Amino acid sequence: MAQKKTHRTSSDDPEELTRTVLQAVLLADSFAQKFRPITLERPKVLLPLVNAPMIEYTLAWLESVGVEEVFVFCCAHSQQVKSYLENSQWTKQPGAFSVTTIESHDAISAGDALRVIYTHGIIRGDFILISGDTVSNMSLAKALSEHKDRRKKDPLAIMTMVIKHSKPSALTHQTRLGNDEIIMAIDPGTKELLYYEDKVDLSQHLISLDKMLLADKSALSLHNDKQDCYIDICSPEVLSLFTDNFDYQHLRRHFVKGLLIDDIMGYKIFTHEIQSSYAARVDNFRSYDTISKDILQRWTYPFVPDVQYLGNGLQIKLDREGIYKAPEVVQSRSAHIDSFTVLGNATTVGDNAVISNSVIGQGCTIGHNVTIEGSYIWDNVKIEDGCKLSHALVCDGVHLRAGVVLEPGVILSFKVEVGQQIVVPAYSKVSLLPQPSKQDSDEELEYADANTGIIESPSIATMMNAQKVDFPTSDADRSGTSEFYVSGAGYIWSSCEGGNEDEWRHSIAPIPADKLSESLLNAFADVDAPDQDTSCIPASGELLPDSASTVGDGEDYRDSADFEKEVEATFQRALAGVDLENVILEINSLRLSYHMSHADCAGALFHSIMKAALVPSYSSKNDLYANAVKEIIKWSDLLKHYLKTLDEEIEVILKFEEISVETAREFSPLFSNILSCLYDKEILSEEAILSWAQEKEGADESDKIFTKQSEQFIKWLREASEEEDGDND
Amino acid sequence: MDFQVVVMAGGYSKNLVPLVSQEMPKPLLPVANRPVLSYVLELLEASNLKDLIVVVEGEDVALRVGGWISGAYVDRLHVEVAAVPEEVGTAGALRAVAHHLTAKDILVVSGDLVSDVPPGAVAATHRRLDAAVTALLCITPVSGPSESVSSVGKDKGRKLPRANIVGLDHTRQYLLHVAAGAEVGKDIKIQKSILRANDQMEIRADLMDAHMYAFQRTILQEVLDQKEMFHSIKHDVFPYLVRTQLRSEISDKGAPKNGLNGVDYTLNGSEPASEILTNRTHKCCAYIANKSKYCSRLNSVQAFCDINRDVVGEAGHLSGYSFSAQNNIVHPSAELGSKTTVGPQCMLDEGSKLGDKCSVKRSVIGRHCRIGSNVKIFNSVVMNHVTIEDGCFIQGSVICNNAQLQERVVLKDCQVGAGYVLTVGSEYKSEPLSKK
Repeated sequence: MAQKKTHRTSSDDPEELTRTVLQAVLLADSFAQKFRPITLERPKVLLPLVNAPMIEYTLAWLESVGVEEVFVFCCAHSQQVKSYLENSQWTKQPGAFSVTTIESHDAISAGDALRVIYTHGIIRGDFILISGDTVSNMSLAKALSEHKDRRKKDPLAIMTMVIKHSKPSALTHQTRLGNDEIIMAIDPGTKELLYYEDKVDLSQHLISLDKMLLADKSALSLHNDKQDCYIDICSPEVLSLFTDNFDYQHLRRHFVKGLLIDDIMGYKIFTHEIQSSYAARVDNFRSYDTISKDILQRWTYPFVPDVQYLGNGLQIKLDREGIYKAPEVVQSRSAHIDSFTVLGNATTVGDNAVISNSVIGQGCTIGHNVTIEGSYIWDNVKIEDGCKLSHALVCDGVHLRAGVVLEPGVILSFKVEVGQQIVVPAYSKVSLLPQPSKQDSDEELEYADANTGIIESPSIATMMNAQKVDFPTSDADRSGTSEFYVSGAGYIWSSCEGGNEDEWRHSIAPIPADKLSESLLNAFADVDAPDQDTSCIPASGELLPDSASTVGDGEDYRDSADFEKEVEATFQRALAGVDLENVILEINSLRLSYHMSHADCAGALFHSIMKAALVPSYSSKNDLYANAVKEIIKWSDLLKHYLKTLDEEIEVILKFEEISVETAREFSPLFSNILSCLYDKEILSEEAILSWAQEKEGADESDKIFTKQSEQFIKWLREASEEEDGDND
Repeated sequence: MDFQVVVMAGGYSKNLVPLVSQEMPKPLLPVANRPVLSYVLELLEASNLKDLIVVVEGEDVALRVGGWISGAYVDRLHVEVAAVPEEVGTAGALRAVAHHLTAKDILVVSGDLVSDVPPGAVAATHRRLDAAVTALLCITPVSGPSESVSSVGKDKGRKLPRANIVGLDHTRQYLLHVAAGAEVGKDIKIQKSILRANDQMEIRADLMDAHMYAFQRTILQEVLDQKEMFHSIKHDVFPYLVRTQLRSEISDKGAPKNGLNGVDYTLNGSEPASEILTNRTHKCCAYIANKSKYCSRLNSVQAFCDINRDVVGEAGHLSGYSFSAQNNIVHPSAELGSKTTVGPQCMLDEGSKLGDKCSVKRSVIGRHCRIGSNVKIFNSVVMNHVTIEDGCFIQGSVICNNAQLQERVVLKDCQVGAGYVLTVGSEYKSEPLSKK
């Protein structure tokens, strides 16, 4: 690593008179659980990637680009990370490159981590934010100077994101790193990031871009072919932003999106696209596989196994066809080592073994007639004769007895033992530690206490039976292990949320052909699905299905319809026995959220009541009337709550008219009866009824059906009120 | 070339009241004293596109336009004038003339286009890329006529662009998205499937649809037959083709694959992926005119003024006249009184007379106008046989044929309809004036 140090020191900005030390924040916790069960025992950044811990790649790169101070934030297994760093060359060696650890135990997200770092007050200038599982060989000088130049002109440009070209598969909608596709909108001139959508929702066929994005520029480019490298050059404001917005957790989903949406502060994020250099993050098993292969194929040069940078002190030799061998490999003459394979130090390979496209760690023993294809075998693994491994990941200390077959996508965590002749089904994850139950579905946590929330062991047993797996696992109580020990030790983990369905997406194994053809069909469904909605819309100058309906009256109408539905649902809960007060509270909150008036509430509520009256069976008009009266009496208190003024009462009558004409014609013959009932129960005042009648006098004949029907009643009311007036005089 | 051209010339456009009249339908409105339609016809002629169908609205318009064309282009172009009822829309007009269409490709041009972009280039792009439809897009002039029809040059304070939203692929040859500015709500909605198929999409707000489209005839006719609701080419047919480019319901050969509607395309699972994917697409292309080219549509009163000014000014090569040393065009038979000046970028046509001490700047004056003394005409268009008496002041206005302005009339940003008489000393500002 000394070789790179020298040429770096000169690249500092000459114009910068007060030289600031380039700092980096390295998150040694991914705040994700994608590497479980392995990460229960060892932090992700210490997992070997082509026989060197991932954090080594990140630190080596940071050193090579001229970073002088690295703050390693550790959370899960912080002791392991700390002690690793203490024993590593990074802290021992004197010089400009210093590594400091910051420890926190209650951080559950990158946002929390950055808030902790903010409280330490150690960041003095622009810094690089990177996760400890990033492999890169890009040169940062250009991105950094771009960032600094922008900062000088515009202090609001607080972040530069590194992106790289990468086209996601049209069928699986994920990149070769197994990440979900990303849609970004970038200003082609300034490279400002305008829109960012990761975890693209496949059910959504349209991307919505705010029209205002084009208000001050004439063009923007929308990309589906970029990959986020998760290397960010940040200004110190980023930290304070995280502190101000304490709900920011995820760097992209919350922070980036939050900044893009927020136009009050006007902070801007820019992108820097790298062309020929490498940058990728080990995010899941598939990217583990992809990046390992990239390292073997030397895309990440100089960070490749045979260059002395990772402090393993071993002289690894590169043979033809990308075969890397450590010095003390003992290999049988008849063993066949195929291209792009690494054999770690002191590993022995037996007769007739065939190894291709695989990484074998140190001190492994591989028996005779073993076939290993596309697999990752870590240190001190014992593989007995006749095993077949394809696209599997096998951790330290695993013991595979003779004849074991690992199907594609299998993960065997530390020290698992598999008994003779056992076939481990595809995509199984096996660990000595039992699977924590999913009750804390907080997926942001990389680690969890192994003691809390363990799934009951029977569930493992039943799962095993259900799958008819011929693979006995040790029971939760260790007393009975001896029996199982003969054949193996470990729990099969049931797949985490998402089910087996998506297991293939992020697995080490290549995507099976049947999945591909399945997604091919889905791809057609994707393309075809909007067909229906676009072809059924009237062809009157519209372009997209919902562009027309979101303007003007349409929206209004929809809102009120929604509102009515919500009120009805609330009312249904009241029928089911929810307290009256709570119902009122709920309706009030609905009213506020939909910007409705009291009158609308009363109308909607009345509608719901009348609907409820229709529910019990009725044979005649009289039955229905009785039902209605019953419901009205039952809910009169609730209704009265919203009938404080005349307007609201009139609204109820109008609503009643509307439903009698439109939705529930059953009520139309009973209109006047129910009206008088409402009057009797003192729900409606005579003033309201009279002013309604008056309002209707000028209306069309067709509108007057109900006033005519209730003519007598109205007449009676009128006379009564006149009499009253007369009395008063 | 096997291209047939349909020119949508229109009729009595409501947007151009009071400029249009019985005698003066939209195709015959003068631009530098030539009917606007002549600009399109000559542009087509220059690209050797001589087989034309001119579609106008209304029989009487057809008579007038037909008469003029047969007089002016008798042995130069093969023109058929077809009349369609009003309000059928451009798609309806195409349906009406469909039986005349036989060529492999159809070029549909709006008759109010004033441009120097060669239609041949659009046609060539169309052929070269084997497109289903190719549209001519122009970079919106900064202060030129606005795309929107209703606004008359007063929307400068408007924050949102009213221009079209256009999505292009990275080579800027293929069209991936179109939306007319007025139709876009708060959000621009882009189809993800089209983005995916093209990796990236450049979204532009500075491109104007010049209403020149090249269609493959079979595809065009199929869309017109299947989608009876479609009314306009710009708003219905063209966006429909762009929108459905990945799931084409129209076959390249012209024969619908699955009966009439073609919607229930059944998928044969055994077919290899690539074949299905490519078979179901048609290409929508764009020809983006060079920035230096002039391109405007005469679709509003404001546009009428702007185009007239441009054609005798910065886009002078379009007018076909030769400019004098003073950078203006004064017909030899025009008479100018003493101390009368005609500034640069002006036009004064045959037989017009100006009295003493007049001043004309950046204006077009037609034939046989009689203009008194002390008259100032700035930034205006005066058509033929107009009488303007002494001391009038005219700015930013349009005065149609046979109008009469009596002494000391002051007009600012007005339009005076044909034959209208303005009495002595009247003053108007920003008003359309015409006979009821």
